[in-house]
Amino acid sequence: MKKDKTGYRNVSENPCNMCMPLGGILALKGIEGSMVLLHGSQGCATYMRRTISEHYNEPIDVASTSLNEKGTVFGGEDNFKKGLDNIRLVYQPEIIGVLTTCLAETIGEDIERMAKEYIKDREIEGFPIISAPTPGYAGTQAEGYFSTLRKIIMGLAKETKKNKKINVIVPHISTADLREIKRILASMDIEAILLPDYSDTLDAPYTKTYERIVSGGTKVQDIASMSGSQATIEMAEAIDDVISPGAFLKQEYGVPLYRIPLPVGLKNTDIFINTLKQITGSVIPLDLSAERGRLLDGMIDSHKHNFQGIAAIFGEPEHVLSAVTLCMENGIFPQVIATGSKTHRLEDLLYESLAESEQDYHIMNDTDFSHIREKCKNSGVNIAIGHSEGKYLTEKEGIPLVRYGFPIHDRIGGQRLLSVGYTGSLSFLDRITNTLLDHKYINYRSTMLQKYYDTRS
Amino acid sequence: MQGLAIQERKESIFTKGEQRNTLTCDTDSISGSVSQRACVYCGARVVLNPITDAIHLVHGPIGCASYTWDIRGSLSSGEELYRNSFSTDLREQDIIFGGEKKLTQAIDDLVTKYHPPLVFVYSTCIVGVIGDDLEAICKAASLKHQIEIIPIESSGFIGNKSAGYRAACEGLLRLIKNQPNPIPPKEKNTLNLLGDFNLAAETWIIKSYLERVGIKLNVTLTGDSSYEQIKKTPIASLNIVQCAGSMIYLAEKLKEEYDIPYLRISFIGIEDTIASLRKIAAALGDEQIIKNIEKLIRKEQEKTWPVIDYYKHKLQGKKAAVYVGGGFKAISLIKQFRELGIEVVIVGTQTGSQAEYQTIGDLVQQGTVIFDDTNPAELENFIIDKGADLLVGGVKDRPLAYKLGTAFIDHNHDRKHALCGFVGAENFAKEVYSTVCSPVWKAIRTGGMTE
Repeated sequence: MKKDKTGYRNVSENPCNMCMPLGGILALKGIEGSMVLLHGSQGCATYMRRTISEHYNEPIDVASTSLNEKGTVFGGEDNFKKGLDNIRLVYQPEIIGVLTTCLAETIGEDIERMAKEYIKDREIEGFPIISAPTPGYAGTQAEGYFSTLRKIIMGLAKETKKNKKINVIVPHISTADLREIKRILASMDIEAILLPDYSDTLDAPYTKTYERIVSGGTKVQDIASMSGSQATIEMAEAIDDVISPGAFLKQEYGVPLYRIPLPVGLKNTDIFINTLKQITGSVIPLDLSAERGRLLDGMIDSHKHNFQGIAAIFGEPEHVLSAVTLCMENGIFPQVIATGSKTHRLEDLLYESLAESEQDYHIMNDTDFSHIREKCKNSGVNIAIGHSEGKYLTEKEGIPLVRYGFPIHDRIGGQRLLSVGYTGSLSFLDRITNTLLDHKYINYRSTMLQKYYDTRS
Repeated sequence: MQGLAIQERKESIFTKGEQRNTLTCDTDSISGSVSQRACVYCGARVVLNPITDAIHLVHGPIGCASYTWDIRGSLSSGEELYRNSFSTDLREQDIIFGGEKKLTQAIDDLVTKYHPPLVFVYSTCIVGVIGDDLEAICKAASLKHQIEIIPIESSGFIGNKSAGYRAACEGLLRLIKNQPNPIPPKEKNTLNLLGDFNLAAETWIIKSYLERVGIKLNVTLTGDSSYEQIKKTPIASLNIVQCAGSMIYLAEKLKEEYDIPYLRISFIGIEDTIASLRKIAAALGDEQIIKNIEKLIRKEQEKTWPVIDYYKHKLQGKKAAVYVGGGFKAISLIKQFRELGIEVVIVGTQTGSQAEYQTIGDLVQQGTVIFDDTNPAELENFIIDKGADLLVGGVKDRPLAYKLGTAFIDHNHDRKHALCGFVGAENFAKEVYSTVCSPVWKAIRTGGMTE
């Protein structure tokens, strides 16, 4: 089958991705009692806070070292220390994550050393400060997310007694997805450490009193003990070993690593459940079997509608992979598959998923929306699946968009869309099918009239 | 108060009627304070972006372009080119070897593909550090393509958002001053509108008022403007300046260079809209226009006041908190809230000037908290402390207000309804009512599940 690749180019037209520190912030927001400091100029923190709070509808407090000209020329250590002092004063966090930006990396700031000296200087031995380099020019939010998770584990994990728990490391999914994964684990009586867990911190219930740092998140002591777990399940197939948190736990502490796809769709959810069973020997509860049956039933109900679908799928690699699998299982043909990330693994993984495809498809790596639109133009693509920036395809090419991934800033509730597990997959599939139906019926009468009545000679 | 734990912040806050009545503003944000400000690049981009037929090319890493792609609601009556976000998408190897070659090629690619009359090239933090010579590259590309390619010096670390406004004004000035042909003489009763960005059609609303009374709007900087229109800037006989924070510098320069006087006006709220229209009429000194304006004011008021009064009846006595970008907006909002029977009890801006804070201080009641470049912790404390019923702010502040059970008004650049002029005053009243009087506040304060 044909494939198209986009590589190094002179100009990006309408980005399909954001940058590393944004992913780092999201990872840290899933740690209990955490606060984030971005080392760089003021704008980065403001932009990312805006982007994240539009998606989550939650206050996103991220501090910046607000580097000015002087700090850029002479180094930003004073700002760095003052920033840490001020967020400890105002937020009283239990852990602080420090991320770099393009500016800090370009001027060569060594945040790891500065964090160590700060701890010594302020005599707060044992206070966890995680420093994660996240230069914006080195990758997208997906890479920033995983590399920061890896740094969090590297900073906190300790040699510990082996235990029966399993580590579950997830890509950036919705808060409803996090809760669904926890529900499935609980239903199988599996004790797990979920990393990260922002299901409360980024989707906080309304309460009478406001907390600046919202309760919830993966506990620091749990992360410390991930080294003793009996296995790690990492729902990330496309990421490189060097930024994989699971690969670190395997190399450093010999924790067996199971790298599986995001459990979206029948096949991928089966892999998740079977992996859990294989590791723990847990029995699959009847309720879960019923949910699987209900997904099958739903897939049959909508299969003819789905067969009309020709999709453009874009976003972070793990989201793209999972949506492609779901589409392939249901007769929706993924014709344009695109990510803003630069990943060599994604293509190989996609070839497997697309092995049964009988038509030509385009895989676009490290791409932008101008290229995606080019491929969608007059190609028969009638549905787009991805984050809100895909609204550009709707506006320019009339292709309806099923919102999936991050960011979803032009709809309410994007942060709590359920898409994982058997139940979530059915809900996701229904959203896709109904969008196809909507699109079909809205034009049905006028199309028929035009096609068969108006053209009579 | 816990939120004021940062000692340095105390200089930027005061309560009217309590000892000190000035504050420190226009300084660098304090490290770790969670400032709401953006950067120099952001300031420059938001001012220039509404120019519809320009290529806006960001020379830097991808993030700067991602976070600013079509985020503002500026509308266009013509070209749509400005709604794209172009970036040289600098990578590691570009940081090491320099990004000049890539920038040149990017300009070549874009000009060949889109044939724009104008390209703005924005510098970002790392470009400022690695030292790419934007000026030289733009000059060479300009000669090659025979169009104007203007570098905007907007590296994020060289100041705050105000520095970006200045950089944008410098860019506009270059554009205006570069005139291939002699400038035609000034036209009577013709004016430029500075500092309006045609958010939700606001430029068009102001334009319609002016046209109704016989005034020609020459060009708006920069809402719904084009290359050709901006070139005609010097033919106006008067400049009216709304968002002074971003445009007063340009107004001063245009006065110096082209002898165009300027007026500060604001079309936010009925009081300021009326005052502004009268100020314009007086400045033009045309009897017919003065008459027409009075007629327009009478006619519009007849329609608008009954609507305002209807809502005022429901909103009387509520208390508002205001945290917006520029000083002019804060000043107008204090007056506009009074039209609805609401007092402002907390007010601040990201980039207000000393003079604007003075005006704010004069306008508000005793006990009102005034601050510059605040942060979420302070906002939280003051909203609770002062018992504010609603907050006016940007996107980032909205969730905080809601978590505190406080109503919220979106007075940001992404809004989808006009807030200027008489129609804007009606929209504003409706929005305040829809958020302050929503049944959800009752729901969160009553009931509960029984054990």
